[in-house]
Amino acid sequence: MQPFTTITGIAASLLRANVDTDMIIPAQRLVGARREGLGPYAFERFRFRADGSENPEFPLNQPPYRGAPILLAGENFGCGSSREGAVWALLGLGVRCVIAPSFGDIFFNNCFQNGVLPIPLDAAMMHRIATETEAAPGNARTTVDLERQVVVTPSGEVIPFAVDARKRRALLEGLDEIALTLRRAEEIAAWQARDRTARPWAWESLA
Amino acid sequence: MPATMFDKLWAQHVVADLGEGWSLLHMDRVLLHDLSGARALDEIAERGLPVARPDLAFATPDHAVSSAPGRDSRTFAGGARPIARLRERARETDLRLFDLGEVGHGIVHVMAPELGIVLPGLTLVCGDSHTCTNGGLGALAFGIGASELVHVLATQTLMQRRPRAMRLRFEGRLPAGVTAKDMILHAIGRFGTAAGTGFAVEYAGSAVRTLPVEARLTLCNLSIEMGAKIGMVAPDDTTFQWLAGRRFAPRGAAWDAALAAWRAIPSDPDAAFATDHVIDATQIAPQVTWGTSPEQVLPVTGRVPDPDAAPDATRRASIAAALDYMGLTPGQPIAGTKVDWVFIGSCTNARLSDLRDAVAVLRGRKVAPGVTAWVVPGSEQVKRDAEAEGLHKRFRAAGFEWREPGCALCVAANGETVPAGARCVSTSNRNFVGRQGTGARTHLASPAMAAAAAITGAIVDVRQI
Repeated sequence: MQPFTTITGIAASLLRANVDTDMIIPAQRLVGARREGLGPYAFERFRFRADGSENPEFPLNQPPYRGAPILLAGENFGCGSSREGAVWALLGLGVRCVIAPSFGDIFFNNCFQNGVLPIPLDAAMMHRIATETEAAPGNARTTVDLERQVVVTPSGEVIPFAVDARKRRALLEGLDEIALTLRRAEEIAAWQARDRTARPWAWESLA
Repeated sequence: MPATMFDKLWAQHVVADLGEGWSLLHMDRVLLHDLSGARALDEIAERGLPVARPDLAFATPDHAVSSAPGRDSRTFAGGARPIARLRERARETDLRLFDLGEVGHGIVHVMAPELGIVLPGLTLVCGDSHTCTNGGLGALAFGIGASELVHVLATQTLMQRRPRAMRLRFEGRLPAGVTAKDMILHAIGRFGTAAGTGFAVEYAGSAVRTLPVEARLTLCNLSIEMGAKIGMVAPDDTTFQWLAGRRFAPRGAAWDAALAAWRAIPSDPDAAFATDHVIDATQIAPQVTWGTSPEQVLPVTGRVPDPDAAPDATRRASIAAALDYMGLTPGQPIAGTKVDWVFIGSCTNARLSDLRDAVAVLRGRKVAPGVTAWVVPGSEQVKRDAEAEGLHKRFRAAGFEWREPGCALCVAANGETVPAGARCVSTSNRNFVGRQGTGARTHLASPAMAAAAAITGAIVDVRQI
């Protein structure tokens, strides 16, 4: 997994509530697709009009925000389907950090698995970043510093954020969780052996 | 200390305490479908890792399969490759696959309970958010992403932070014409689509106790639409009777041991829940969604909201956008809205009892002119059982299409879509923008309400026809 330490760039705003993972990437696009190939379809029903042309109203189509590494989103961002393709699609657009008042549980978790940092932040703080960015869209830069656990707004205001300690370490170091767990193979085997005795019915009916 | 059912199942599955609030949990069963499952098996092969316990993994193609009568895995061309991969990987790793046309094939969350793959007290995961469905049998079941699925296949465990426990008690007798689907849609409407985020929800109360198992699966299915990864119903005699004799259910001495263990699963009487709500089940009416989030739902007797009456600008904008997409007028009664499509299917409502509920509404009447109506059974077994009862003939006689099992129009990943602008009453779980096809307008409802809409050509109160 690619590590995440510090990102500096423009923050695009997509502040509507309940943006679900179907909006981020429709299920049809996941059929037989490579994970690296989903960027062109991210938010496709919003980015493009019926005739296939770009919708100029969609924030991520507006020149300063194209390829923005930071996305300011609304409540419950990433609700719905567990599809990790939603994170791959955002990565394909260049997004490395999503800031929202709240997130869908499974999406939130999927972000960390792919080097994307989801930050739950108070709506008022988010609006400040959005307002400062809009005031000087070409030049406004926001910094997200995971080491210090702060967001620095375009005006230089420093906003601390909370992040799970284990997930923070994994992102900073680009840890491979599978390799970590495989080191516990003996513990897992011991649990299974105990459970086979305690709950034979959970194992024996599978023959 | 008194414990909730969720506390008990969680504690039992902790392999290691990882500190900082994290546990390494054992996963007793894994379900693999043609999208997330095939991909995870590919990835594990690419990494050169073995599947830790192929005997605990069960695969079936459901998302990218055509539901057309007489279909095979290539009828929907896009699905041919993922399904072929799933078959190939299942063979290589020696895990069980239930293929098209054989008993056991179906939507993962229909086939797993049906075969007794999921049992009370087990942990179960799948790369699919509706895995919460399986909690209806008293299991700890939840959806995970692709990376977590690879982790489970490689290690049979998952690193998890413990969610908090919530209880929703539905008390009183459900009125006639009101189903588990209406109960859960009502709850989502009342508490919101994010109310369950970070929670494991236990559904309890007298109205839940009297629900048959298939209805409990429907109830738990929509937990994720309330934000909760996990939904569960305490197992009881209804559960045990339903499970007895199923293909992978324990037998003989193992069954007796299982029963003793299962009777200890329900929450202790004084167990504390972080959040506890009571809902008066006697006041629930048949529900139908009007917008593009499952929380945008109404009793069928209600009127579509007016954005101008919303308390703040964000909600005003959200209601206005939903009404615009859905082609509805503020304040209009939802009943009487003309429909173009009806879909009876999905892991929410495509079990035998759902199909019986829908057929019971038909009473010899025909699908209204101009309405396309589909029935997609949830599994091969459901299809065969329904045909043995002659349900398919009654659906067909009314003008419904009787199709092959799969996810079909719930998620439209198989090339089957509702046309742009068309309005569909659907027994599925998500009314998201574009979910059933670009521009498609989805109204979620129960199977009986869907059948009623099909024969009247409009959204209608099933109690009035």
